[in-house]
Order: sequence, then structure tokens, then C-alpha cells
Amino acid sequence: MGGDRVDPAALAADWTTAVLGTSYVSMNRRDLRRYLTGLATRLVASFDAPEWDRTVAAGVGRLMVAAHFTDARSLERTLAVVAEHLAPAGADRTSRLAALQGALAAGYAEALRERTLAEQERISMAAFAARVAAEEARWASEARYQAVFAGAVIGISVAELDGRIVQVNEALCAMLGYDAGEIAARPIYEFMHPYDTSDNWRQVREMIAGTVDHLRMEKAYYRKDGTELWTDLVVSLIRDQAGEPRYLVAMVEDITERHLLQTRLQHQALHDPLTGLPNRALFFDRLEAALEDEYGVPGVCYLDLDGFKAVNDTLGHDVGDQLLRTIAERLRAELAPEGHLVARMGGDEFVVLVEDASDPAHMRRVAERALETVRRPVRVEGNEIRVSASIGIVGRDQGGSGAAELMKAADTTLYWAKNDGRSRVAEFDRDRHRTDVARFELSAQLPEALRRQEFFLEYQPLVRLCDGVATGVEALVRWRRETGERLGPDRFIPLAEETGLIVALGRWVLTEACGQARRWHDAHGGERPLMSVNVAARQVREPDFVDDVRAALDRTGWPAGALQLELTESDVMTAGGGPLETLGALADLGVRIAIDDFGTGYSNLAYLRTLPVHELKLAGPFVTGIGPGGRNGRGGTAGTEAVLSSVIGLAHTLGLSVTAENVETAEQHGRLRSLGCDTGQGWFLAPPAGPARVEPLLGRPLPRLRRSPVPGGERRRPATG
Amino acid sequence: MQGSVENEGRTGNDGRADVPAGVDPTQPSVARVYDYYLGGSHNFESDRVFAQRVLAQMPDLVSVAQENRAFLRRAVSYLCAQGVDQFLDLGSGIPTVGNVHEVVHAVNPAATVVYVDHDPVAVTHSTELLRDVPHADVIGGDLRDVRAITGHPLVRDRFDRRRPVAVLLVSVLHFVGDDDGPADFVGEYLADAARGSHLVISHASDEGRPDASSAQAVYNQNRSPNRMRMRTGAEVEKLFGDLTLLDPGVVRIPLWRPDSPDDVRPGAELYPGVAGMARKD
Repeated sequence: MGGDRVDPAALAADWTTAVLGTSYVSMNRRDLRRYLTGLATRLVASFDAPEWDRTVAAGVGRLMVAAHFTDARSLERTLAVVAEHLAPAGADRTSRLAALQGALAAGYAEALRERTLAEQERISMAAFAARVAAEEARWASEARYQAVFAGAVIGISVAELDGRIVQVNEALCAMLGYDAGEIAARPIYEFMHPYDTSDNWRQVREMIAGTVDHLRMEKAYYRKDGTELWTDLVVSLIRDQAGEPRYLVAMVEDITERHLLQTRLQHQALHDPLTGLPNRALFFDRLEAALEDEYGVPGVCYLDLDGFKAVNDTLGHDVGDQLLRTIAERLRAELAPEGHLVARMGGDEFVVLVEDASDPAHMRRVAERALETVRRPVRVEGNEIRVSASIGIVGRDQGGSGAAELMKAADTTLYWAKNDGRSRVAEFDRDRHRTDVARFELSAQLPEALRRQEFFLEYQPLVRLCDGVATGVEALVRWRRETGERLGPDRFIPLAEETGLIVALGRWVLTEACGQARRWHDAHGGERPLMSVNVAARQVREPDFVDDVRAALDRTGWPAGALQLELTESDVMTAGGGPLETLGALADLGVRIAIDDFGTGYSNLAYLRTLPVHELKLAGPFVTGIGPGGRNGRGGTAGTEAVLSSVIGLAHTLGLSVTAENVETAEQHGRLRSLGCDTGQGWFLAPPAGPARVEPLLGRPLPRLRRSPVPGGERRRPATG
Repeated sequence: MQGSVENEGRTGNDGRADVPAGVDPTQPSVARVYDYYLGGSHNFESDRVFAQRVLAQMPDLVSVAQENRAFLRRAVSYLCAQGVDQFLDLGSGIPTVGNVHEVVHAVNPAATVVYVDHDPVAVTHSTELLRDVPHADVIGGDLRDVRAITGHPLVRDRFDRRRPVAVLLVSVLHFVGDDDGPADFVGEYLADAARGSHLVISHASDEGRPDASSAQAVYNQNRSPNRMRMRTGAEVEKLFGDLTLLDPGVVRIPLWRPDSPDDVRPGAELYPGVAGMARKD
């Protein structure tokens, strides 16, 4: 034993510095130094011990590894530092130092090997366990997939990119009627169907190329038995781990029922259930499609059966329906083979769409054939029924560009055919249509015009021919439109009669006229002027008409005896029942009844006798036939005068007084007076004018007649009624 | 301590859930590579090959990993001294030496530690290691999915949300790209936490370190366990959001509260990583 004693603290200090940072040790410098001081103390003690015990140095080596000095540099530096501190202790200790270093290194290596093996074991076990867990998860996922695949209600198939089918499930087999082996043997391309679009298969190609990942389509298949299967097909692209396309997975839902239902509903939506013909909706679709071709000239024949309602009413709806079915089928058989579309618009209306109507003659031929077809007798339940039809035809070049416009024109044209006497073809006429449209527009404005008081009255004096005194006036209604345009009654009274507005308008006229007469009389007194007001047949048919007249008289305080209502000859002649009673009631009220425009109709004087009529107003032609230039029928002026004379005579015999209208010349005036006509009215005597200008003329001889001497001839006593 | 997020670099495939990241020993794993840096043997050939490629770019990476591990020890010791006794270690990796629960339990054996990693091998290994350790658990999960982790039965069970918790994100956020909005989900972890809770972050940084950039590039090549996004100190500071950053702020990792001046070795001011700690007030 000899040399210096070794200081463990000094060894630990150098040791700490030497190994710091060589390995990861979870200690700071101070803790590390403390730890190494413990190890250094053991080493020094072992070095100095009388009995050499290798296990101490080996244990120090193990403790280094335990502190995680796992880097070989840590050992290298440790051995260097140990040698540095222990070597000077004495040459005689060289073998002990070598043994100590050897034991330390051996212990270290042993521990490191154990640690390494243990860690490798642990990480391998962990990796193995994690892999097992992952595989279990994958197996579970696979099992779930298999369960879904096998048990799915939707059909599933997996195909390679070359189209080879590698897997199909039971549902798909059931849908197609093949077993799995039969399907798997075929590439997907064998499942093409005529309804497939080229677009469908282009998408599949894009998918195989990897540019599309999902696609969805409605697709048809043939089942094994040849029937059709409709499916909602979704195809997804499965890629491999590198992102390359790998499989095509198809999911197929059987929508055959839904598809058939849709098809049926679509057919139902576009066809008429009674006749099976295309319906209005389909017709308009086709018409619009035809109109889209800007160079095409489609045309339509709009056909309406004549008298169909009578068939329904007399033979019953079943017969009516059967008739419609038969006619529909005949029209279809006759015209459809030539490419014309025959559709039912509803009720007894049919329409034929002629794709090329550029030749009007061709259109007419189609329409005539339709007419002939309808006219063929139809036997239904033992009845032989013959009906005809009216047809309006219109081509695109006349009827306008839009489908709605065209059909409106066709409707109008059909109306003309009906109006012109049925069982015929009418062609669209632009001018006539324009007039119709204008009339329609005017008629639509009437109610508003009445409300806004755009109507006003003018009065034309009625002149007693024997002395030229204006004994009354005829009220004439005018319309001053918002535009300032002034319209005579011929323009709007017929429209008012059609629409029924005549009732309200007539009521206003009556009240206004009586009110005016009352104001005149209030202003001047004397004999009451006769107020003569035109009345339309439609008014007389109103049940309230008598009440309306009474109300107008009551409101204005005008006596019934000073009111005259003018009806046309035809209105009176054709009036029956109610209207005649109305006339009687009016006469009982004291109102005078005049027959207007007498001589234009049948002029049945004998019948007149039975009616409560007081006055005849001779129509214009009677009067204009008088004098030079008169060319009224056989016998010229003389003949006319003879007829006129006898009419006046007959009227007087029946107790009717006579008014001549349209007195336009002095000569006419003179002749009428000499023929004993009671009253005259006309431009020669006085034109119609507003109340202010008429007022001074009333109750006195007209100024121009005061100078004209009364022509010779006997004076007849005017009839009173 | 190393963990990682979803593997993006290897295949870029989002297809079948084949072998989870980390289970295939022929593919390197972030956790095992880090274990290798620390001198451990919890690694496979593929990990060591990859680690060597990184080390070729950045030879002092071994000491870098050591310093980072030492920071974790200092940070956890500090938190224990503050009385924090609940630790959520996100991206915990392969347990080596000086694990959080070891440091924590040395001070307070009753404290709770929950490790989280997405690498199934790391989780399996940790489970084995912690089998007989009370108050320490590990769960598998993706740290970006905050709700899944804070809602995990074990986390809900172990932690008392009314008391402060420490959330550790040590050497893991550089494996999260900007697309994942790290500031947002990091903030979520502390959103419902009690006052006095802490957030600890250490993060790789290549500021002033071209070799670190080269190492990052290796991670961003093929056959990498994970892409890497290094951040500057300023960027890391933003990850703390509006929490109160404790002294000395976000600094180079060796400079964060060293135990003694002796522990700060030369070159610390250019250390390729930064760290910081913040408190919720």
C-alpha cells in the first residue's frame, strides 16, 4: 500500500464534467455530481480495499447505465477520468486499476446489453400488441363490411378497372336474376342497355382514368329473364394507398316500381283519360317545340263539335263519352299517320297540330278531312248519331309567334266558323281579328265609362208636321271617351247589349232624359214635351224593367204620359211571354210605346194590332225614297209614296200615329206632311244637339218652317193613342 | 418527449384504415426516432435510418433533444412547486427516463398525470410501463381533436376541472401545420380550465440555424414520419394567446429558468428551439 490517497470528491467533479452531455440523463449538474460522488466513493473504496472485489466496479458500471448513460462516449470518458485519478496512486496498483476498469466496463456493457435487449423486447412487444389491436380493429371493420355487403338490401358489386366483376352480393343477384358466378364471369360492359347514354359510359371511363370519384345515374338493366330493371346506380372509385384507381364499387337500388309509376304518371299527365289522345299540356309542349324552329310554319286546326251538348242532354253522358271516344279514335286514325298530332283540349274540343302549314291549301285539306271524319255517322247503343264540327284554322305566319297567341287566334277563328253557321272551316283573317279585338277592348271599357260618366245625351226634336211645332225630342246617347273621341250609339250599344251593360246604361239614360224633360218644363211651363227613349230588347226582358221605369218617373217627377219608349220592330215581334206582359204593364202605366225602324222587318201590321203600341216610327228608307234621286225599289218615287201612304193610312186605321225619321230635305218634309204623316224627325228639321241648344226650339214652330207655307192637301187629324 | 400528429408525409392516402401510423416497424415513427436521439433502444431499424439522415444535417441534435428533455423536467418541477397537481401531457411519445410522472411523483405522489399520443406503439408501451403506477395513465388520441381528448372518459374521470391543470405541449407543435390552426385548438384546451392553469410549450425553431432548416427539410421529404413546421419565437408567443406569459417569456430552451448558470452550456443563445410557460389568470 502506498502513494497518495485518492479524493472521491475530486474524481466526481472531473467525472461530472467529462460525461455531461454525452448521454441523456434526467439530472441537472448538481444532482449528477451528487450521484457520481456516490459512485466515485465506492470505486475509490474498492480500489483501496485489501481484498479485490470486482463486483463493486461492475456495479458502478451498471449504475451508470441505470442513470441512462447509454452512449459509449460516457464509458470512454469515465474510464479516462478514473485512470487519471487512480493511476498516480502507485505503479504497484496498475493491475488493480486495470481490473477495476475492466470490471467497470464489463458491468456497464452487461447492463447496457440487458437494457438494450429489454427495451427492444418492450418496443417489439408494444409494436406487436399495437399491430394485433390494429388487425383486430381491421378484422372487425372487415367483418362489419362483410355483414353490410352480404345483408344489404341494395345491390353491391366490386369490379376491377378492366371491368371484371370480382364480387357481387346477394341483393344484386336477386335483382338481376343471375347467380353470383354468372355475374362474376361477365365484364361490366355486358350490362349495357339501349337506354344508356353515351354520357353514362364516358363518365365510367373518366372514373377509371381517375378524374371522377363518384357518379350517380338512373340506369336500366336486362334481367336474366329479359325483363327490364330500373336502378338508381351510384359508382365510387376506390384508390390504393398511393392514390391510384383500383376498384369500382357499384351500389344499385331497384327503382323499377318507381320508374314505372313515374312513366305511367307522366303518360297520365300528358294524355286525356277518356280518349287516350294527347292532352292540352302535351299539345302545347309540341306546339311550343314546333314554334322554336324559327323557319318552321306550324299550324293548328281547332275543332269543336256542333250540337254535342244536345247529344249529352238527350242521350246521356255515357253516349256522349262514347261518341267522343269514337270521334277521337277516327281523327287519330285519319290524321296521325301523316304526322299530325291530334289532341283533345277538353269537352268536345279537339285540335290538330300540322307541323308544316306553309301551304294554306294543305291546311284546308287537313281541316276538310277532319270535318268529313266527324260527319261520319257513329252508332252508339243502337243510336245512329250524326254530328258535325266547326273548325278554325290558323298558321304561324298569321296567328303570331307564341303558342298562346296562336291558340287565341285559333279560338277566335273557331268562333267565326260557329257564328257563320257551323259545320264549316273558317280561316284566320287578320283584319277581322283586329276588329274583333278592338270591339272586345271597347266593350271591356264600358263599365268604367259608365262609372266615370263618360256617356251623355243629345236630343233631336220631334216636329209636328201640321204646324211645325217641336212637340218632343228623342234622347240619343253618346260616349265621349277619355281620349276625347266621340262615339255614336251604333259603336257601343250592340256591345252593351252583348255584355248586359245595356241594363245599367239604359237605366241611366231613362233617368237622365226624364230629368232633362222635367227641367225644361219647369223652366218654361206650357205643354209637356214628349221624351222618347230607345229601349233594347235585353232591357225589356229584365224582370225589373217596369220598376226601373216607374222609379225613373218617380225620381224625376215626370209623368208617364209624356214618356215614350222606342223598341225595334224585330224586338217587339220576337218578344213573347214576359216581355209582352212588360209592354202591357208599361202601357197601363200610361207610357207610350213606339215601334222603331218600322218597315225593316216583316212589318206585320195585323200582329201589331194585338200589341199595346201607340206609335210607328218609319225607318229611314221609306223617307229617303221620296223625291228626286229616290230609288227605293220597284216603281221609283211614286211607288214608294204609294207604299208610304198606305202604311200611314193603315196605322191611322189601327189608331197609331206615325213618325217619319231621316227627314233631310224640304221636299221630303213637304211630301210627308201632305201624306198625313203626324211627326217628322231629321236633319232638315233639326239635328240632334245638347239640351241648351234644343231648349229654345221646344213648344213652338221651328223658325225655318215659319216661313215655309204649308203645302196643299187635306189635313188629317193626327191619331191619338 | 416526442409525439406527433397524423402522418401526412408518407403516402398521402386517405383510403383504407390499413395499418395505423406507428404500427408498421418498416416505417419510422416520430416517437421512436426521438427515443433514439435520447439514446434509447425503443426503436427499429427504420427509425434509426431516418434519425441518421436528420443527424447528418444537424449533428448536435442529440444534445438538443437532451436540453428539451431537461426543460420538461424544469418546467414540471416549477409547476409542482406552484402546487399544480394535474398534468395533461400531449404528444408524450415513448417513455424513456425522467418522464413527467416520475418528476411529478417525486414531489407529490398523489398528483395526476395523463399522457396522450397518437402513436399506437407509444401508447401500448406507455400502458405497459404505467401498469403498476398509480395516478398516471395514457390514452391514444389526436391532440388536434380537443373535444375528443378533453371528453375522453379517463380525462374527465381523473381531472378535477375546478382546479388548475397544466397542459404540456413539449416538442410537438412543430408537427402541426398552419392549416390545422394550432393557436385555435391550443386555446381550446385552456378555454374551460380553472384559473391558475398553465400552458407549457417547447417548439423547434430554425431562427439563425440553417442546419435546423436542413433537418426540417428531411422531415418534409418522403418516408418521413411526419411533416415539420418550425416556428420563430414570435410565432410561438402567439400560440399562447391571451394567457399571461411568465418570465422570462418565450426564449431559447436552455435559457428558460436554468437550475444554475453552470447548466447553461456555450451556444445556448443559438439553440434551435424555444420554450415558454403561461398562466391563466
